[in-house]
Formats: sequence, C-alpha cells, structure tokens
Amino acid sequence: MKKIRALIVDDSSVMRKIVERSIRQAGIDLAEVREAANGAEGLGALKDQGVDLILCDINMPVMDGLEFLRQLHTVENAKGVPVVMITTEGSESHVVQALSIGARGYIRKPFTPEQVKEHVVPLLENVK
Amino acid sequence: MKTANEITASDKVPESWMPLLELAAREVFEIMLGCKLEVQTAAGPVPGDFTAMVGLAGQLCGLLTLRCSANSAALMASKMLGTDVKEADPQMWDAVGEIANMIAGNFKNKLTGMGDRCLLSVPTVITGSDYSFRSMADTGPLEVALVFEGAPISVAVEVHS
Repeated sequence: MKKIRALIVDDSSVMRKIVERSIRQAGIDLAEVREAANGAEGLGALKDQGVDLILCDINMPVMDGLEFLRQLHTVENAKGVPVVMITTEGSESHVVQALSIGARGYIRKPFTPEQVKEHVVPLLENVK
Repeated sequence: MKTANEITASDKVPESWMPLLELAAREVFEIMLGCKLEVQTAAGPVPGDFTAMVGLAGQLCGLLTLRCSANSAALMASKMLGTDVKEADPQMWDAVGEIANMIAGNFKNKLTGMGDRCLLSVPTVITGSDYSFRSMADTGPLEVALVFEGAPISVAVEVHS
C-alpha cells in the first residue's frame, strides 16, 4: 500500500489526534494528514488537492458530517475518495443515512485502533 | 428496564438506567483512555472545576454532565493524547467535552430503542466551581460517582418527563 493522504474532519482537536494515531496504529502509512473542524472547512481543505481517505464526525457546528457528505460530490478532488464516518451518533438511521449518501464505512465512538483497521484498510487496497 | 415511553409517566429517571450509565462511562474510559474507573465507595463531594454538558433532544430530552477536578481533566487529556500532562494542558476543555459526548452517545445507544430517537448536542464545558446551573429537566438526576486515577468524578443524567 502506498503512503496515504488523509483528511480528518472533527470539531474536537483531541479526537482528530486520536483518529490520526489510530490510523497509524492500523499500519497505514500516512504521507499527509489534513485537519478540519467542521464540514465547511473539510470541503475547503479539498479545494486545491485531493486525498486518499476521509474520516468524518457527524455532530459538528457550522456544517455537520451528513451535509459534508451531501456536498462532497461537488468537489472535483473528492471523487471516488472513500469516506468513513466516526461518530457518537450510532443509531441505525444515522448509519443508513450516511451510507445512502456516500459513506463507505461507519465507526462508533468509543472505538479501538482495531476497529479503525477493520473498516479502513479494505478501502485503501486499490489506492495507487 | 423502563423504555423511553415509560419514563414519560414517571417523575424519576429509572434506577435501572444506573448500571447502563456506569457501563457507558467505564467503556469510554477503558477504550479511549486505557484506564479502569472504580466505584466511589465513600460518598464525598466531587470537585466541580470542570463540568462538561451534553444536551439530549428528542424522545429522551435532558442533559448529561461529567464533573471533575482540573487535575483530573488534565490527566484525561494526557491519557487521550498519549502525551505528558503539561503538554496536554491546553486540550483539557476539548478532552472533557469529548469524553462527555462519547458517554452520552454510548449511554443512549444502550437504552432500548433510543438510538434513533435521541439526538446529542455538541458539548459545552464550564470551568470554575463558583457557579450554579439549573436544568429544565423535571426528574431528579441519576448520578454515578466514580474514581478516575484516585480522584472522584461524577457522571449524571437528568431528563424531561
């Protein structure tokens, strides 16, 4: 697997660090990590250059994770990039909604690095 | 165990929710901080230097709070980030808010049928102990007194009936 460029979208800076650490613990080699505190910042972070993986919270101020997902298809650099939701909102309807609008995976907080590995690694197998 | 429908006919948070609240807190601390919480054996005041609050809205409507001392808040941030306490100090607010958020989410997901019918607010964190707040909840609080690395902490939930 090549080195991965990741975007982590979460309003908690502590959680962004934990997600980054969990990705590294999953054995994923990170070339670059971009951080955003809400969906609007996340869309902005993709404007100039794409990434290989996006991990996104749902409950965030300004623009939540579901709206971010809805608007992601308008960003040319985000086409085909797998998005995994990492959130406390673990209800079935949230999972179904997120998956129906483009998320490829869903991890409930609290989470272990093993769960990150299980959900994320398979999505990166085709990254060249 | 009472469901969300049953609580609307009650003036108290069901006692049967206590073990679920405790379990929700324990899981968050074990998974995200790598430490076990103990039950507080001797009743005593919990320092309220930091109070994180997460609103519950929908069929289950109310407030979840996490209270702890400033030292405990710094230690929580340190354990979450895997850094020393001094380095983690500026992240205390964020860490305590995120822990409260995860406990609230974990708790509501353990209540039968509540996952889809209750939404969480983003967390708010108050610092300092010279304050009072009044929740609009009309049930008494269900409070779990726990010990985090030798220091008392409190997790409580109050709901509108």
